Amino acid sequence: MTETQRSGAAEDDIIAVPLRHPWRWVSAGILGLLFTWLVVLLWDNPNIDHATIGEYLFNPRILTGAVTTVVLTFAAMAVSTVLAVIVAGMRLSANPVLSFIAGFYVWVLRGTPLLVQIVFWGYLGLLFSEIVFGVPLTDIVFLRADTNALIPPLVAGLIALILNQTAYSAEIVRAGLLSVDSGQREAAYSLGMSPLRTFSKIVLPQAMRVILPPMGNETISMLKDTSLLSVIAVLELYTAATRISSQNLRQVELLIVISVWYVIMTTALSIPQHYLEKRFGRGTGARDGFADRMISRVGSAVRTRREARG
Amino acid sequence: MADIDSDPLIRVRSVRKRFGSREVLKGVDLEVKRGEVAVLLGPSGSGKSTLLRCINHLETVDGGRIEVGGHLVGYSPKKGKLYEMTPRQVAEQRRRIGMVFQRFNLFPHMTALENIAAAPMAVLGRPKREAQERAMQLLHRVGLGDWAGHYPGQLSGGQQQRVAIARALAMDPEVMLFDEPTSALDPELVGEVLAVMRELAASGMTMIVVTHEMGFAAEVADQVTFMDDGSVVEWGSPGDVLARPKNARTREFLQRVL
Repeated sequence: MTETQRSGAAEDDIIAVPLRHPWRWVSAGILGLLFTWLVVLLWDNPNIDHATIGEYLFNPRILTGAVTTVVLTFAAMAVSTVLAVIVAGMRLSANPVLSFIAGFYVWVLRGTPLLVQIVFWGYLGLLFSEIVFGVPLTDIVFLRADTNALIPPLVAGLIALILNQTAYSAEIVRAGLLSVDSGQREAAYSLGMSPLRTFSKIVLPQAMRVILPPMGNETISMLKDTSLLSVIAVLELYTAATRISSQNLRQVELLIVISVWYVIMTTALSIPQHYLEKRFGRGTGARDGFADRMISRVGSAVRTRREARG
Repeated sequence: MADIDSDPLIRVRSVRKRFGSREVLKGVDLEVKRGEVAVLLGPSGSGKSTLLRCINHLETVDGGRIEVGGHLVGYSPKKGKLYEMTPRQVAEQRRRIGMVFQRFNLFPHMTALENIAAAPMAVLGRPKREAQERAMQLLHRVGLGDWAGHYPGQLSGGQQQRVAIARALAMDPEVMLFDEPTSALDPELVGEVLAVMRELAASGMTMIVVTHEMGFAAEVADQVTFMDDGSVVEWGSPGDVLARPKNARTREFLQRVL
């Protein structure tokens, strides 16, 4: 196509009446009505005290709980991702012992409920009353401590989340590593790169493109799974809310309060994910979804403003 | 390792290789002197590519010996015994052997320039600036000076293959192996890659080329080896093998491809 044809109207340009989409309007109308009905139901409900929601939205105990939730999420995801790369590497290793151990780990940790694992780690003191670091089967001891003192609920919960997430993330990482063409490895080897260099410089960066989208999903799941730690009395967002509602008996209002916070936090998480996916999508023509386009637009608007001001 | 200079740079002696129960190399011999261009011909499945991959130890051999520059590939001889090399030793050996693949195998997450500079930085520890300056020179050499910032996905097949050649050259190899470098290209892009290979041959690079490009073989090769069914059937100067083949199987193959 030449420049003139693109800018000016040519004789054979198609001028047609666009196809109508009446059902889009019908479906939008029905859903709009249902949504309005839902809002009215909640708003007019005498059992919901709206003042309580406003009062507790920025309550210090709620905010502290939200911070704990965020810290737990990031700590668990960071550590489990590193472990997951190791477990995935072991799983794909030519060493049959490493491969078996990694497979066994994933099998057990994925095969039992997270809730059970959390309670197990929380009650570790019942199984081992004290923890001893030393050389097994000898009298050499470096550290001896009471289990409940060494592993408070917060730490027990974190361990449970990390170990469980590692199993899931390892499978995601493994799929990512397998998605990289074997020719990439051969090309790196033929240039004299060692297996470790090949893994870190060539295979893993390419696997990231496949790994990141599901890992964003896992992070959002993790944020909400931290609420399970309420069973071992870790004071994260959900536990903080239940402590308050057990005193003022405003259960529903406090659930709405923390739901608002959970939605805010999961929304915020999609922003770094967008930029990470961009970073590791270099060299591929991956198309952005709706959320990516919105974030890009906001990001560039902020930049333009800053440039205009400075 | 005496008399390295009078010895051939590459010496392949009665090499055998099996995949499962199928023997793909049945005692292959090949000698290539420094600065020579050797072309391997033969029908698909005759073992040419496998032989090439054995030379830089991407495949292990089951029998025979491969020496590059007087050094046994993949094994260290000690006190009359052979020891398998560690991955690190193998990697070190491969630095001297460049390879160009049929499907280019450029790193898609790196620009053309980064593709070329990556190995000198990671393997030889060259500083980034030095590696990128050298990469830029190599890009100019293959005629792609204006394409440094492009990702492989934005380049044509011919351009990708030229970047791949530059990438292999960045390690200053003693020998370059080409595994059907133009087979995955559209016909109109073959010429630009062959031109780069011609220039490389003229500059004195030792090359082993698996190809079906008879014109290139006739013009550039110092020696032509015809393989069929895992064995060398005929070997000699291009004038002899291509123009006056003695073996019936060579004649039959040449009639089909010409």
